[in-house]
Formats: sequence, structure tokens, C-alpha cells
Amino acid sequence: MMFAATNLFCERDERVLFSHLDFSIAAGEVLQVQGANGSGKTTLLRILCGLNPDYSGEISWAGQDVQNIRETFNRHMFYLGHSPAINKTLTPLQNLRWYCASHGFSDDAAIFMALAELGLVGYENIPCYQMSAGQQRRVSLARLLLAQAQLWILDEPFTALDKQGVTELEGRIAAKAKAGGAIILTTHHALQLNCPVRVINLDTLIGAAK
Amino acid sequence: MKSQRRTLNTTACLCAGLQRELLLALRSPGNTINPLMFFIIAVSLFPLGGGADTAYLSSIAPGVIWVTALLAVMLSMESLFRSDYEDGSLEQLLLSPQPLYFQLLAKVFGHWLVTGLPLVLLTPLLGLMLSLPVAGYMPLMLGLLLGTPTLNLIGAIGMALTVGLSRSGLLLAVLVLPLSIPVLVFGAGVVDAALNGLPVAGLLAVLGAILALALSLAPLAIGAALRISVN
Repeated sequence: MMFAATNLFCERDERVLFSHLDFSIAAGEVLQVQGANGSGKTTLLRILCGLNPDYSGEISWAGQDVQNIRETFNRHMFYLGHSPAINKTLTPLQNLRWYCASHGFSDDAAIFMALAELGLVGYENIPCYQMSAGQQRRVSLARLLLAQAQLWILDEPFTALDKQGVTELEGRIAAKAKAGGAIILTTHHALQLNCPVRVINLDTLIGAAK
Repeated sequence: MKSQRRTLNTTACLCAGLQRELLLALRSPGNTINPLMFFIIAVSLFPLGGGADTAYLSSIAPGVIWVTALLAVMLSMESLFRSDYEDGSLEQLLLSPQPLYFQLLAKVFGHWLVTGLPLVLLTPLLGLMLSLPVAGYMPLMLGLLLGTPTLNLIGAIGMALTVGLSRSGLLLAVLVLPLSIPVLVFGAGVVDAALNGLPVAGLLAVLGAILALALSLAPLAIGAALRISVN
């Protein structure tokens, strides 16, 4: 198992979001976290990627607690949150260059290829505020193609994408799983992946724990 | 096109962070120009409000310039983490595999280059406005050169703590101004000593020591505060 959570517990505003949550994900697997609005999907994903330290239990990567190997884990993990992490006054090229540099590499050719694959040819040097919400989302998703992470943690990755964009992203997720990656994601959209998807439902889990 | 992935060392990554900070300043010039305008206007109010008595003005000049510089630095801090917090770049910064300590240092240094350094370079003009004696210019600028980076680092801690709040201005001032007192005391003291013909090297060394302390500890505090704020 490359990534595992053991006995995870989280409480927010005196409300238990989940307790005794155990799961693990191995290379080649896709795990979908389901639950109603407010059931704690985003909180769970933020706990898993290391942005939220308010939990008890253990999260381990390759057998080691992630809190002890934070930088190694960050190198192998990609997180896509609700916010795009794209500065609107900068161009896609500048945004992605900074992303690459903060992950320790520089590769302009790959940035151009990633933007081309997401249908943003000609937008490389246009400030992001001049683009539509969907296009900004695509710039954000270009990071997926640049990152060399084994574990993807995606929070509502299909937001603001058009139909074709959704299909392409589903294809990318399935391809990543086939190539030996592991993906944890939340979505309210009906997933159509041509690879097996495991599901954790945070609503029923609370019932099970009682 | 073929992928040409080059691995960057930490220094190159920091330069990229610094470059981004400078680009952001270029794209939103208001964030850097407004604190400078405040600095000039606030200092120029003193001769207007306090009368044109040269002896009086030159006696208050060091204090006025230092206090106004401190307030201008606090104003400029508002833009340091605000846009990164709002668009989620801050989350990516915290999740990056590069050492956070150095990334934050690069960010604050970049911010100082576009706000603190111009402020230091403007002071001779303001010294002239307050009829500061010639002997005071060099110590004033040296003091500010050593003091403004410290103020930036201290301000960044306060900003990191309050970036999650929609209106952080007054809280930031309450948190940060008391911590800035040592810099203010020694900074204004340098100019006073110079005007009275006393040696200033010792006081400048104290300012340097405070800067060294801030450089080594503040990024840790900023990092910890940011982790609380993004949560």
C-alpha cells in the first residue's frame, strides 16, 4: 500500500465529521470520496494532503508517517483544491514556470505542450484575468501534466469544465491509474472512467461508526 | 517540441520565487507605489502642520522619518500574502517540496526590494524637507537600510497571522507595532547620535544584530502562521 490512513478522526465546530476512518490506496487505484454537501469531503482531502493538521490518527506514505517525511511526500503528491492557485495578473506561462520551479525543475517546452494539450494555444502570454473561468481552470489543470507525482488528490476537478474538458480529464485520470498512479478525488459529477473506482461514502461511514 | 526538463537547485528555485514577486509588483504597481506616496505625503505634512521653524523641524526629523517609514512598511505588508491567499497559491507554496524557510525568505526579500529599498532611497528628499543637518543623512539611510528589512520580516509574521481575516489592517498594526519598537528606538537613535557628534557604529551594529535575529527566526514564525491561516 503506498498511501494509507488509519483510525482517522476529525471534528469541526463540535461536530464529528468522521471517526475510525481506515482506508488505503495502492498504485493503479482510483478512490472516490462521496458525501453530501458539508459531509467533510474537502476537509478529508485537505487533511490527506497536509494542509489541515486538526485530526487524530495516522496517515502514512510508503510505510512512514507523512508528518515525518513532509518534503518527500510533497514531492510525490499533487493537490488540486477549490481555488485555482493561479495568479490572475500573471500569464499562464509565468504561473506554470513558478509552479515548476517550486517543484525543483524548469521545462518551458513541457509547459507549452501542457497548455497545448488543454487547448490553450495562443493564450500562453495573456494575463489570466482576461480568460474565462473554464480557461483558468484549464491553466490550473495544466499542472497535472507537469507534476511528476504518483499520488493525485483532486477536489472537485471537473468544476467549470465543458463536456469535452470533462471527458479529457476522465481519460487522463484513467491513464494515470493505468500507469501506476493513485488518485483520490471528490466529485458530484457521475464519473465515467474505464478503470475500476473504489468509493468511500462519508455519510454512511458515520452511521457505521455509531 | 521535446521536453527539456532541467533540475533546479534550491538557489535557482529561490530566484524563481523572487522573480515572481518582482513580476507581481510590476503587474500591480499600486501595491508598491501607494505606501511610498503615503511615506512622502505623511512626512511632508509635518512642516505644513508644525510650522517652518528650521531648528524645530530638524530636531523632530529623525523620529518623524522613522515613525512614518514604519507605518509605510506596515501599509505595504497588506499585499504580501493577500492575493496568494485568495487564489490558493499559498496552499501550493506550503505543499511545495522546496524548503519553506528559504521560499518565504525569498518572498519577503522580493517585497523589500520593491517597497523597502525605494523608501530608503527616497529619504534624502524627505530629510531636505525637514531640514535635516547634513551629518544626519548617511546614518539615517544606513539605519533604514538595516531596519526596513527587519520591519518587513516582523510585518510578514503579523500579515501571515491575519491574512485569513477580511479586514486585517488595524489588527496588524496592534500586533506588529509593539514588536517594531526596538528597531525604531535604535534607528532614530543612530541619527540623534550622529547629529550630536557621537559614534554611530555601535548602534548600527545593534540594528544589524536585530536584522540577523529576524532573518534567522522570522521565516519560521511566518511559516507556522501561514499554516494556521490556510487551515
